[in-house]
Amino acid sequence: MNIVVCVKQVPDSTEVKINPETGHLIRAGVPSIINPYDHYALQAALELKAKHNFKVTLVSMGPPQAKSVVQMGMALGADEGILLSDMAFAGSDTWSTSYALAKAIKKIGKVDMILAGMQAIDGDTAQTGPGVAQQLGIPQITFCEQVEVDGRRVIARKQIDGGYEVLEARPPVLLTMIMTKDYTPRYPSFLAVSASLKKPFHVWSAADVGAEAHFLGLKGSPTQVSRIYPPPQREKAAMFSGSGQEGAGKILEIMRSEHFVE
Amino acid sequence: MIEVSNKCIGCTKCVPVCPFAAINMISKKAVMNEACTLCGACVQVCPVQAITITREEASAKDFSGYKGVWVYVELTETGDKTHPKKIKPVTFELLGAARKLADELKEEVCAVLLTDKDHNYAKDLGAYGADKVYMVEHDELFEYNTDIFSTVIVGLVNRHKPSSMLYGATIQGRDLAPRVASTLYVGLTADCTALAIKDGLLLQSRPAFGGNIMADILAPNSRPQMSTVRPNVMKMNEPVVGRTAVVVREGAKLDKSLRRVKVLERKIAHDAAGVKIETAGVIVSGGRGMKTKEKFKQLEELSKLLGGVVGASRAAVDLGFKDKTHQVGQSGTTVSPKLYLSFGISGAVQHIVGMKASDVIVAVNKDPNAPIFNVAKYGIVGDAHEIVPKLIEALKKR
Repeated sequence: MNIVVCVKQVPDSTEVKINPETGHLIRAGVPSIINPYDHYALQAALELKAKHNFKVTLVSMGPPQAKSVVQMGMALGADEGILLSDMAFAGSDTWSTSYALAKAIKKIGKVDMILAGMQAIDGDTAQTGPGVAQQLGIPQITFCEQVEVDGRRVIARKQIDGGYEVLEARPPVLLTMIMTKDYTPRYPSFLAVSASLKKPFHVWSAADVGAEAHFLGLKGSPTQVSRIYPPPQREKAAMFSGSGQEGAGKILEIMRSEHFVE
Repeated sequence: MIEVSNKCIGCTKCVPVCPFAAINMISKKAVMNEACTLCGACVQVCPVQAITITREEASAKDFSGYKGVWVYVELTETGDKTHPKKIKPVTFELLGAARKLADELKEEVCAVLLTDKDHNYAKDLGAYGADKVYMVEHDELFEYNTDIFSTVIVGLVNRHKPSSMLYGATIQGRDLAPRVASTLYVGLTADCTALAIKDGLLLQSRPAFGGNIMADILAPNSRPQMSTVRPNVMKMNEPVVGRTAVVVREGAKLDKSLRRVKVLERKIAHDAAGVKIETAGVIVSGGRGMKTKEKFKQLEELSKLLGGVVGASRAAVDLGFKDKTHQVGQSGTTVSPKLYLSFGISGAVQHIVGMKASDVIVAVNKDPNAPIFNVAKYGIVGDAHEIVPKLIEALKKR
């Protein structure tokens, strides 16, 4: 089987803050990382590769510096890397990004399985995976914890509210991966990184994948960001101190005034 | 288009404010790369107004034929044989939000229901605000399936042309909505926390970067404008008994071959009162300060009295007070209940990120400087061991 893993370079979002006085983003010193969910998807793909000798190709879309996440993925064991990079992609929302990625995957040719993180930690939309599947006309299984392959059957365990489902599909299929809580990400050694520099790596433009300009960038994106601003600040807590009896009385009073109890 | 004019003085102020690391300084001039989303953060900080973003004029497309605010009705399994499914609460929350939007637009609220068997669902949908229910009843709709459900929804949208459509940002809604949006080539905004009408358009507000920033999103050039909305965010209207919705039955031709993904096994913990922490409206949470497993157990009783679920900090889980399915925080579950009542949790940052979106946080801690008080609405400095039993007593007396 040929597996494609979609990876995205993201700022380590937990460190992005807004200056509450100016309303401006403070991104200085925030490192760029591989989206953690994509990292999990990549490791799942590499486990399948180890078991079944599949080929793993990485696809990313981003500025030239996003090459580093593709390089890291190849150092971890992926066979080939592709970076979609073109100013024509600037401003693409999830629809246009899915369109471009689907075009790239079509160009790769015979693909049996596509794995991606359930969402990226900068946008948190979870829309690009299903978008790619729809553009390719293939089925999707989202929010998977595990994936296995048995002959020509792809079997995935998917999280649902209050439990799980085990689902089966025939290739080609796209899966998005959540992280299981006991997962430990692996990072490549320096030697592995140098060795991976010999692996095939391509940079493709919009024209290379046959993506039409009017579907890309701001022009092609149905959604537009109209404003970015800091989240509303919480008021400082109303503080109270007292004995157990007084504390309990105060909590009851709060719950009454907030209409949680009669 | 984003352009930097020759007014740029190379001050680099825009570089660190870009959330997407999309600005490089080349020959002392700011140059945007492909990561740019045209969010405008750089425009705001540029001291010499050198950066301009030009947006396409709203297209000449005529959207006057698109009317109605639609709500996708999500059904959930009950485990009960006579009523195997019921409407998920987020649906009623969406109907409340849709009602407000539709009243402002002077349009109808329509619920969209896909099921294999009708259990008079329209009664509740009407009571919570729907004017109309588009119902598709078909054997193939016995369980959720991406291909089948998205095919039916796309068909209904093309036939009836709503102006907006809302889905719960649930596992199901977040699987279905992007598939529909992709097929229709329309805008979809994920995980909205607020919706409003601005110049006739749906203004969708959502958090990004793990809640560190907010973004307002518009989809001016396509219809319907679609959103997924987080559960427990929108206020449910009080049901109006006797308020009825008109049921419009819709046919659908569904071939078996559409089902490309098959369910081999499904396990749902129906008695999972304690497990469904992500959707709980009230969470009573305890930390290291609860001292022992026995004392932690009192929180169970308290949460029962409040109709809630017990949560735990990582420290409490590590100490064996509660199992990991109840852990709130970065390595546990992110929650946003209406009430988060914490006892003996100091508030490590990993815990805070998992609960700060709660509507009302009431924190009890001995230490007046505990960081949890920075996100709490009400802070009680006191001894949890004394307060919890007294509170249980007081609640029982009511």
